[in-house]
Amino acid sequence: MALPPRQRVEVFALTAPAYLWLAATVFLPLVAMVYFSFLTAVPVGGRTASFTLAHYISFFTKPIYWFNAWRSIELGIYVTAISLLVGYPAALALSRHVKGRWREAIFLLIILPFWSNALVRTFSWTMVLRQPLNLLFTYPAIVIGLVHAYLPYAILTSYISLQAIDESLIEASRSLGATTLQTFFRIILPLSMPGVLAAIFLIFVPVIGSFMEPRILGGKDAIMLGPIIEGQFTAAFNWPLGAALSFMMLAIVLLMLALAAPLLRRQLGSS
Amino acid sequence: MPFPTVSRRLFMSLLGSAAALSALRPAAAAEGELKVLNWQGYGTDEKWALEIFEKKTGLKVVHDYFNSEQEMLTKLRTSPGVYDVVLMNNIYVMDAVSEGLVQPIDIGKITNFNDLTPALRDSERFVKDGKHWAMSWVWGLTSFAYNTQKIHERPDTIQVLWDPAHAGRVGWRDDALESIQLAALATGQDMNHPADLDRIKTKLEALKPQIKTFWSSEDEWNKYMAAGDYDVAVYWSGSAARSKKAMKLPVDFVVPKEGAIGWFDGLTIAAKAPNPDGAAKFIDFMVSPEFYVRWDTDVGAPASANAKANAELPPDAMNRAILGDPEVVKRVQWMAPLSDEQRQKNQELWDEVKTKLAQ
Repeated sequence: MALPPRQRVEVFALTAPAYLWLAATVFLPLVAMVYFSFLTAVPVGGRTASFTLAHYISFFTKPIYWFNAWRSIELGIYVTAISLLVGYPAALALSRHVKGRWREAIFLLIILPFWSNALVRTFSWTMVLRQPLNLLFTYPAIVIGLVHAYLPYAILTSYISLQAIDESLIEASRSLGATTLQTFFRIILPLSMPGVLAAIFLIFVPVIGSFMEPRILGGKDAIMLGPIIEGQFTAAFNWPLGAALSFMMLAIVLLMLALAAPLLRRQLGSS
Repeated sequence: MPFPTVSRRLFMSLLGSAAALSALRPAAAAEGELKVLNWQGYGTDEKWALEIFEKKTGLKVVHDYFNSEQEMLTKLRTSPGVYDVVLMNNIYVMDAVSEGLVQPIDIGKITNFNDLTPALRDSERFVKDGKHWAMSWVWGLTSFAYNTQKIHERPDTIQVLWDPAHAGRVGWRDDALESIQLAALATGQDMNHPADLDRIKTKLEALKPQIKTFWSSEDEWNKYMAAGDYDVAVYWSGSAARSKKAMKLPVDFVVPKEGAIGWFDGLTIAAKAPNPDGAAKFIDFMVSPEFYVRWDTDVGAPASANAKANAELPPDAMNRAILGDPEVVKRVQWMAPLSDEQRQKNQELWDEVKTKLAQ
């Protein structure tokens, strides 16, 4: 940052509470969990713990763990794709064709679900999915519940990118003879990519770790890595394995991020 | 040099975050308050009972709940000095003692002590070094209950859970230990030391066409049963009594010929309980006939560890008619404590089964 020293100190002073807060509430517990993930047992109540890699090895050698990791990723792909397929056109319509009061009203409706508790929302879905849809306790029920929970992210991030597009670019493309479809694929879609990519990461990451919605809506189909990790903490008292599985999940997400990085850089760089 | 002003600002912001952090600490128990940790809807939080207790002692009882025994232990480990009275299944008490999570109970303060069934009260699961670490409270069975409107002839075998006639209409609890023990009973094995785990796994995997959905709390069980999701579902005897009486659900509990899982629960006082005196008073009230008879009659409860309390129940009460029958008690296999390693193996087996059930 090329800021004068005085400003630099002020920036530090203003951001320090946030960083301290993050360090205390996110980073420290995470470090503790990294430590646990290499232990043979939780060192409480006179249990002796020693260093081990066994939990990380389990992830690769025991099919239930990597298979359920795949089930989690698969769910993340479904939910992210459907959220974008529904959310992007909605954001496009909002940014291009809805103006003034109506736009505000619609935004309010989009944000409204956020004001209710996620658990309450999920339980209200059980009623709709039971009758008349008859989908409760099936895989589609999990997808529907999660899409509903994360759709606002898809709409809001896409919208922010879309409304920032300079109108004159679209007029120029029209005046040069491009069809609506050509204008969309060559001007609007590439320029809104940062918003779409933000949506992908905002939705995909929490979905692959979700366990509440699958458990309530999915019946027998709820088993994924998220619920397995939860079971290690709440039922088996094997925090080390639960922590190791969580970090494997984190590693998978980071790996996917790294693979997407070139694409990301190109898209973000061009805008 | 702008340093002084900035440092004041910095100081203020540090102060702000410190204040925010200290606000996160669990609040110290208020004067005259008693904190109880239990399953939700499991006796200690009956409103009428807490009113009686408050009138007697001036102590206001507040609750915190858990959804699994491991969650209960985790709460005790991570929040010392928060809880007074904690409900514990017998198989966890000695673990809690060796971890220093509970304190011995002064039996002089338990006026109902002499009326408690000695087999439960003095069990080695509760007593160590001559000290009582838990007061036996209630006992019951884990087996299954059926919807009397859907099934007209009372089933007498656990195989009804695998009966194709109820495909897609079976309720099961998402719990590794209980699942393995029920499958052990269904395959004729000793549920605490099953010889053939492969058979248990195959038996559990055969539930694939049967299970509608898993339940994890009594409240969920009642909801699914009321919605007509289940014809027959794994359940606990005390909860079945409650579902029948308090929720008016058309259900009946069965102790099948293959046997049932027996368990008994105790009430403990947390090691660093803020109010151990009040805790002992509360436990004494909980094991008294005064509380128990009304609990079972109005709401529905497991069987009491207090012989006098059981004897005061009406003769047709399930806890006298079924659980009081020596022929039934003979079929019960009692749940034994298990090691961390066994628990981990069980969890893995159950996760493998659940993965099969989902495919």
